[in-house]
Amino acid sequence: MSTTEDRPTAEGRVGEARLGSLRLLAASPVTVAAAVVLVVVVIVALTAQWIAPYGINDVDVSRALQGPSGAHPLGTDDLGRDILSRVMVAAGTSLQVALVSVVFAFCVGVPIGIVSGYVGGWLDTVLMRIVDVMFAFPVLLLALAIVAILQPGLATTMLAIGIVFTPIFARVARASTLSVRVEPYVQVAQTMGTPWYRIMGRHVLPNITGPLIVQTSLSLAFAILSEAALSFLGLGIQPPDPSWGGMLFAAQGFVSQAWWMSVFPGLAIFVTVLACNLLGDGLRDVLDPKQRTRIEARQR
Amino acid sequence: MSGGWGLDGGAGASAEAQTVFSVQNLHVSIGRSPIVEGVSFSLEREQTLGIVGESGSGKSMTVLAATGLLDAPGARVSGSALVHDDRLGSQQLVGASRRALRRVHGDAIGFVFQDPSTSLNPLLTLERQITESLEAHRGMTRRTARTRALELLSAVGIPDPEMRLDVYPHQLSGGQRQRVMIAIALACDPALLIADEPTTALDVTTQAQIIDLVRDLQAQRGTAVVWISHDLGVIGQVADEVIVLQQGQVVEQRGIVDLVDRPQHPYTRELLAARPKLGGSPPPPVDAAGEVLLDVQDLDVRFAVSTPTGRGHVHAVQQVSFQVRRGTTLGVVGESGSGKSTIANALTGLVPAGGSAVLGGQSLLGRVPRALRRRLAMVFQDPFSSLDPRVRAGDAIGEPLRVHRLHAGRHRERVRELLDLVHLPSAFATRFPHELSGGQRQRVSIARALALEPDLLILDEATASLDASIQAQVLDLLRDLQQELELTYMFIAHDLAIVQQMSHDVLVMQKGRAVEYRPAAELFGAPAEAYTRALMAAIPPDRPRAALEA
Repeated sequence: MSTTEDRPTAEGRVGEARLGSLRLLAASPVTVAAAVVLVVVVIVALTAQWIAPYGINDVDVSRALQGPSGAHPLGTDDLGRDILSRVMVAAGTSLQVALVSVVFAFCVGVPIGIVSGYVGGWLDTVLMRIVDVMFAFPVLLLALAIVAILQPGLATTMLAIGIVFTPIFARVARASTLSVRVEPYVQVAQTMGTPWYRIMGRHVLPNITGPLIVQTSLSLAFAILSEAALSFLGLGIQPPDPSWGGMLFAAQGFVSQAWWMSVFPGLAIFVTVLACNLLGDGLRDVLDPKQRTRIEARQR
Repeated sequence: MSGGWGLDGGAGASAEAQTVFSVQNLHVSIGRSPIVEGVSFSLEREQTLGIVGESGSGKSMTVLAATGLLDAPGARVSGSALVHDDRLGSQQLVGASRRALRRVHGDAIGFVFQDPSTSLNPLLTLERQITESLEAHRGMTRRTARTRALELLSAVGIPDPEMRLDVYPHQLSGGQRQRVMIAIALACDPALLIADEPTTALDVTTQAQIIDLVRDLQAQRGTAVVWISHDLGVIGQVADEVIVLQQGQVVEQRGIVDLVDRPQHPYTRELLAARPKLGGSPPPPVDAAGEVLLDVQDLDVRFAVSTPTGRGHVHAVQQVSFQVRRGTTLGVVGESGSGKSTIANALTGLVPAGGSAVLGGQSLLGRVPRALRRRLAMVFQDPFSSLDPRVRAGDAIGEPLRVHRLHAGRHRERVRELLDLVHLPSAFATRFPHELSGGQRQRVSIARALALEPDLLILDEATASLDASIQAQVLDLLRDLQQELELTYMFIAHDLAIVQQMSHDVLVMQKGRAVEYRPAAELFGAPAEAYTRALMAAIPPDRPRAALEA
């Protein structure tokens, strides 16, 4: 990097004070835009039942399948229900399903993966065979089994999706851990007598965040769609309660007659997932010290 | 240097047929920062140009740009680089089309890179890799190309070439792989051979063989060679002319003998002085009857390996015994695979081992209390990967304090003291590893090891990946710290010269066995074993070969 010992490196002119993570996140306009979109979606989801122009079950067959108009900005569905209102209310359900199931999968899968990858040996074999078995179950089959035990509904849907996603997180975490485990800085920590839980928390987990963040953003999108599939089979959110995925499926039969029935819920999914991915990218950059130096240099 | 070399090539071809490679005023910049500034040289048949400089000085960039191989985003190259080959004629390489470059690469210009383990394709047999350029450039059939490959393999000194044609790279040793790389580079009888640090990844004895091989082949075929190295000792063995690069600028460009005998630029003098040499000043003597700190008896390490033919084991360390007295340094030398790092790993508990190892009355093998780990700290070779990229320097140094609950409540001050001890400003505590240079990182690693206040510090090739001048600084620091803090070192290295500068006792390892274990002064004065003598003979001599031959 440098020829004389104390020459600061090209990107290393960093003073005593460093910028906080939040300010660094705020430095990227894309990240800020993504965060604003997500905040708006969350606010809408929380307040939908008061600010929605119509009730979600205001059936009015005489106004069925009407295109966007002043009275119904996003049109109406086959039962004459206002799509805008339903999309707004559905935001709450869909976000809740996506968030809870992914958080569940992350919190269960990542520790399994890290322990499995770091400890290795028979524990790795046992854990990974369990994960393989979980992988082998199709989403719907597993959900069916879970629903057979519990009642169909929001909580069951979240649990089913969470369990299905768990092995994916476990696999990603394990693969990354395997490569981090043999890094000399982990060996240094071992030679210093650092306890295993500290090595995992302080050296392994932070260094595998990159792939985990990518996996999380992807999973959020898939969770919304999985919920749609489950609802379609009558195993997820029970009609007439709306969810974005459920609305998409309901619109299937009307694609040629009423494009707005599928486009607007689809757009809601698209915008939310995109915002999640962009925020994830911004977060990954700020958590990566190398990107961080670059952002800081640009700020000065 | 012949300055007025025309760019027309063709007109004066007969008069200047001897000039193989001519580079004029080569500039490279990436974005707005200049990387190489105005390099010019010309090279005749059978001549070798050495390019020497420390990492980041632009040596590789110069050659990549001059041969049209530079592939960095945003890089701009200007100037001229003309290669002349008797068959292909002259070709301007700066700004040439990919098609024109393809015609020249592998045909008029052959390349050998640093790491023989990654520059060969692991999925192809040697035959396929050697014949590739013959089939592409010469239109040879598989059969004739195979005959030629056979000749090449025997020319580069691979035993049983007939049999080796069908083997894969992993079946060869590092030195053999580099020989194969050279065979590939020479397949089409290029006028110019570019060798970028070709011996850096090799052991000293292998390095000496490769140097001899390239020189022999060069004499037989009249190839011109550009040899890049950070090591002036190696350059002295191969080069006729030398360019010294510092931060992209040519600070000195002269004949090798002249350069070594009468260096003009202070940087050249610095490089020459920083070369590790046998016969340097040994460490200050210590009381010979000092307390034995570490007593290792019959240390034995086996690794189980499963191969397609069944389970076997590698006997990495075989019944090695030694002692380290408090306040002294034990040097452990040997080539790669000799088991010297395995000894360190066994002592620090990274690999299980048999035998006994007792540190101040407590056994180091098997399950040991965490407090004992503190008494033995280790500094690893690679300053880039031995620091967690996500942990700031100050936190890295402070981690052992937290793990072992040392200096509770005054971690910050202790980190500052430790930074001060390794001569780094305290502001460096907030830096991430990638914001530090290699030498600075290694200082942080040393400070982290010292934070444990260990009885014994194991330095596993701790200076091997640093530039010579920085290596010298770090070695000075280690010697000062030993005096100041009465530290005990186990200094593992492949370089006999620096071992001699650091050690009171020396253990020479070969293939897992201790071949010689004696006080350093005796060992370097009169090495008893043939292997030790071979290691010492392989160190590039102080005087350049050109001077010795004259």
